Formats: sequence, structure tokens, C-alpha cells
Amino acid sequence: MEMLSGAEMVIRSLQDQKIEYIYGYPGGSVLHIYDALAQQKQVKHILVRHEQAATHMADAYARASGKPGVVLVTSGPGATNAVTGIATAFMDSIPMVVICGQVPSTLIGEDAFQETDMMGVSRPVVKHNFAVKHPAEIPGLIKKAFYIASSGRPGPVVIDIPKDMTTPTDKFEYHYPESVSMRSYSPATRGHSGQIKKAVELLLAARRPVILVGGGTVGGKACDEATQLAKALNYPVSSTLMGLGGYPSTDRQWLGMPGMHGTYEANMSLHHSDLILSIGARFDDRVTNATEKFCPTAKIIHIDIDPSSISKTIAADVPIVGPAKSVLLEMLALVAKSGTQPEADAIAEWWSQIDQWRLRHGGHYERNEKGMLKPQQVIEALYQVTKGDAYICSDVGQHQMFAAQYYKFDKPNRWINSGGLGTMGFGFPAAMGVKLHYPEAEVVCVTGEGSFQMNLQEFSTCSQYGIPVKIVCLNNHSLGMVRQWQDMNYESRHSQSYMESLPDFHKLTGAYGHKAITVKTEAELIPALEQAFALKDELVFLDIHVDPTEHVYPMLVPKASMRDMWLNKTERT
Amino acid sequence: MRHIIAVLLENEAGALSRVVGLFSQRNFNIETLNVAPTEDPTLSRLTVTTSGSDRVIEQITKQLNKLIEVVKLVDLTEGDHIEREMMLIKLKATGQHRDEVKRTVDIFRGQIVDVTSSIYTVQLTGDQVKLDAFINAIGESYVLETVRTGVSGIARGDKVLSI
Repeated sequence: MEMLSGAEMVIRSLQDQKIEYIYGYPGGSVLHIYDALAQQKQVKHILVRHEQAATHMADAYARASGKPGVVLVTSGPGATNAVTGIATAFMDSIPMVVICGQVPSTLIGEDAFQETDMMGVSRPVVKHNFAVKHPAEIPGLIKKAFYIASSGRPGPVVIDIPKDMTTPTDKFEYHYPESVSMRSYSPATRGHSGQIKKAVELLLAARRPVILVGGGTVGGKACDEATQLAKALNYPVSSTLMGLGGYPSTDRQWLGMPGMHGTYEANMSLHHSDLILSIGARFDDRVTNATEKFCPTAKIIHIDIDPSSISKTIAADVPIVGPAKSVLLEMLALVAKSGTQPEADAIAEWWSQIDQWRLRHGGHYERNEKGMLKPQQVIEALYQVTKGDAYICSDVGQHQMFAAQYYKFDKPNRWINSGGLGTMGFGFPAAMGVKLHYPEAEVVCVTGEGSFQMNLQEFSTCSQYGIPVKIVCLNNHSLGMVRQWQDMNYESRHSQSYMESLPDFHKLTGAYGHKAITVKTEAELIPALEQAFALKDELVFLDIHVDPTEHVYPMLVPKASMRDMWLNKTERT
Repeated sequence: MRHIIAVLLENEAGALSRVVGLFSQRNFNIETLNVAPTEDPTLSRLTVTTSGSDRVIEQITKQLNKLIEVVKLVDLTEGDHIEREMMLIKLKATGQHRDEVKRTVDIFRGQIVDVTSSIYTVQLTGDQVKLDAFINAIGESYVLETVRTGVSGIARGDKVLSI
């Protein structure tokens, strides 16, 4: 049996877990671990410029690959800086393992230098957390952390390691467990057959059905099965913000995103439906609008791996707890075996109604009279230039909604955004995390000048490791979404939503050795994008000036149902 | 409606704080809480009384079950059950009133566990209603101090909460 120090065990466990990259920042409490890291080559470390970026890089890698991302930070400020990223992953059910240093166990509770109760601080935003009490526990806890983070409803797991657990001279037997079993944790491995049968009966009897694809379809790797089911039945499909790409967006049966800034046809179809099959969607408040007015005639079949997501906000008629993939496979088999077919006339009538709704808004936006670029135009151009095949890592705000609305995702795991927590500053490090693992792919950060400035220090990390992401910054000199709400609800009093003194993005990117291109007119747009993507090995920042007065539409009317929408600045349903 | 939820929890540092934290994070309500290790030292048993609509109670049990350290739980109020709470109560016992206090303690089948010339300390066990009724019967002005354990409960009959 090999004898290793706690610090060596941390790194060896990551090796045995086949981890290629970790993201982090050293500090006093993790120096032993960093020393062990330096004495091997298998696990590569990316030194960020702020711990929040490390968490977003790991998170985005997990979103793109389906495998857990790993973060290593020090105690105190290192750990607290990581909290926003941990919370971001938690809200979107992203597997992540965060290893935090801690002051020596003998000092815990004494307000030691760089001490924070990370177990307490992180508790509400993790799936689970562990504190190491003895060095020999480290491999077992790391194995458990990966198991918990990746199984069931995924989420972040924090491991808090006091410095004296990693002392180089204290060696213990190392053994990395093959598997884990925990008596108190056993996520569902399949759905209840009786419930699945009931669901299929309801599904086949529906006259106005909608299939709702959520983040759990993507995370549960069930996109093919969801698509097959929709195709077999010829039923319309809507994908939530987290489910974009879970069903091909260019397909005829796709209605677009539902909710706050969903399409007119998706919101109308859901509101008037008689059956919603929700696959790993959690009926978030940004989807449902007022829950008491939500889809009054719809019965709900709700598939979710997490029982607490079912009937949390919207009561389910047929709850099915289980992994989306296995549940859908069983449903597909039952549909194939069933003698019953959906009633063709009713479904045809439903489609003709939906096709009429499609004509009403159809993503229409007015061009600016003075020739200023509209943000929607930029996303359409980006879609065209990247042939719809890029990883789009978004920040948070209007640009996020425009990207979600106008970039058509045909594949899952390509749309990377902070859906639940809405973390500004997410997009840039997210793009870095994806690009590092998929160097051949086009990876774009769609951002605004507000979000971007929340993590722009990562320009430096990109220089160090040569991470040539493309940054599409929709610059409107405003916190656009805040401004939109102020326009709509506060008589256009733009309280603190105007950004004066923006940096000269050319000089800024130049200072870090990157390239910037400014775009102000339609004529410049496509050539600039083409130029940026032609520069394969360079980070390019596209500072694209867009109309600051633009709003995101459709937009649900507050406290109303899903059919109540503003379609533009003057017209509402 | 009031519910009594019994939880078997891994007897580990921090497990209790997860349970308590969950209630405040999700805006659930804790009326009483009691916790102690079981005959199996790796497990603690926790009894929480809470109240809320059926939907809230469903969320409470689901969210509790989701905590990694929760091994098993049962909502005792869904079936026949026994609930008990223990109270230690310090009462003024002087003059004429001293005998009256003694009689009331006997009626409620409490025990006087400590005595001074002016004070009785009484131990009383029962459900919450009985303990409340005792305080009412004695009269609040005679109560110097109370300490209650919070409710603990167990199902009647064959049902057993164990792993």
C-alpha cells in the first residue's frame, strides 16, 4: 500500500478520477496541495485571476461535456470568492467539485487569518459539503464528492480541507475506492412503471399537447429520446432557457422558448394546451408567470429526477420521479406498442392554430431609423457566420435573452448560460472553460459591456494559456435589462443603469495582448465577425454598438397568465 | 395543519445545521425540534413539529429527504401516533397556595423533583395540550421558569422507523 500525505492524496485522487483540468488560485491554506500539484503533470491547473472565474470555468466545462468540473481555492477570501460560482452551478444543477483550503484544524473557530466557516457559508448553495477530519479520509471523500455531484440531480459539492490535513510529512495509506454506496443517498434509477403507463395513456389521448424540454433533458442526456417521442407523436415542443438545444430549434415542431421572454406561439400554446409533458423542467417563476393563472386547461405530466421539483410550484397530475432518459425510453416503447394513435384531426387542428399564432409576432423587430444596429441583428449575424454550430456562452441581461431567442440551437450542451441565478460575469470565464476543452470548436461569449466588466480580469488568464475565445459584446452603454424595466415600470427614470466612462476596449484588450474590433454599422457587422473567426488563435473582442433603446419582446405582463404579453413597446395581447 | 415529522439522520457534525438551515432557507416553520442519538450511535433521531398547507408539508418532507445525511423520515401525523413532551417548571409555592400547587401537580400526574421553602420544581410529561393546560391551571403568575423538550413522537402499532 502506498503511503501519501493528504496533499498528495488530493492530487492523486483527482488523477484517479481522470481529471484533466482544474481551475484555481493558490493561497496559504492550500500551499501543500499546490506543491503536490507541481510534482506531477497529469492534472493541469489553470491559474485564474479571480476565484469566481475558476468556478465558472469548471461549471461551463461541465455544461459542455456533462462531466464534473473541479475547482481548487484557498480558505477565507478564496473560498468566499468562489461562492457566487458555486451558487450559479447549484441553481442550474451542474456537477462540480470545489476543494477549499481551511485554516489548520487547531485554529478553527479562533478567527484565524483567512478563516471563514466555508461549511456554513456554502451550505445553502451546495448539493452537499464535507469537512476533512483526518487525512486518510481524503480519497474516500473525494470519491463521494464526485459521486454526489454527478448522480441524481447534479450539483456542486464542496470539500473543506484544513491545512494540517495536508501536511507533507504525515503519510497515510492511500486507496482510491472503485465505487461508493451511501445508505442515506440513492437517487432514482428508473421511473414507476404504473405512472409511466398512465402518462402514456394521457399523452395519446391529448388533443392540444405540448412537450416541454427543460435543463433536465440536457443534463439527463435524454435529448435524442425526447426528440424521438415528439417526432413519433408529431407534438409541438418548447424548450426552456436551460433546455435550449435539447430539441432541434430549426425543426418545424419547435415553438421556441416559453416564459418571460418566450415566443408568442410557445406561450399561447402552453396556455391553451390540454396536456403538458414536462421533461426535467421545474416550472420556474420566469416560465409560469402567476402560478394560479398558469395553463388553466392543462393536465401536467412531470418527469424529474428530483422529487422536490415535482409539484413545488405547479401541481403535477402524473408525477414521475426518475432519470429522463430511462423514463422516455419506457414511454417510447409503450407508444410503439400501443394500438392507440393520437387523434389525427385534433392534432391537425392544434397545429393549424399554432401556425396562426406563429404569424402574429414571429420574432419581428423594427430596424433602427438612424441605421444603428439592433442587438437582434447581431445575434442573427452571429448565427449565420458560425453556421449555428458554435458554443454560445452568455452573460446575463438583454443580450442573454436576444441570444436565446435568435440563435437557433440544434444540439444540446451548446447554449451555456446562468439561467437560475442570473450571474453577470459568467459568460467570459464560461467561454474560456469550454474553449480549453474543445479547442477546435468555435466558442463565443455573448455579453454586454456591463456583464463583461464583472470578470474582465480573465483577459490575463487567456493570455497566459492562449485561450482564443471570441467575445461578442453588445454595447449599449446601459444595463439594458435594468433600463428596460425602468422604461416599463418606473417612467424611464434610469436610476444607475447608464454606464459613463466605459473603457476604451481597444486599449484594454490591447494591454493584455488581444485584439479588438469595433462595429457600428450594419455594413461592418458580418465582415467583422468573419474576420474575428478567421483569427483562429487570437482572442477577439467585438465591441458592437447597438441601439440602447431596444427592449426584449415578447414579455409577459406581470402577475398575469402566459397568454398576457407585451409584443412590442405599444402592443399587448 | 400541525405535523410531527420524525427523521433518522446520520450522527455527523453539521448534519443538524443542514436540517435547521433548510427550514429557514425555504421559509418553513419550526415549532419544536428535538434531537438525540439513537441506540445505533451512528444515527440521530430528530422530531420536528411544523405547520403548513399540504403542499408545504409535502415540500418539507421532500426537501428533508433530499439532504444527503437524512436516512429516513416519516410524517407521524399521517397515522396513529403517540407524542410526548417533557417540561420542567419552577413554581412559586408559598402560603395557602403551596397545597394547591401540590394538588394540581398530582391531578396532572406530575412529580415534584426539587423543593425549597418557597418553590416547587415540577417535572411533567404529556402532549403539548396537557402541558399548556397545566400552566393554565396553575396560573401564569405563579410560574417562575419553564423549560420544555419539544415534542418527540412514535407511531402506534407495528410501524417502526428504522433502517
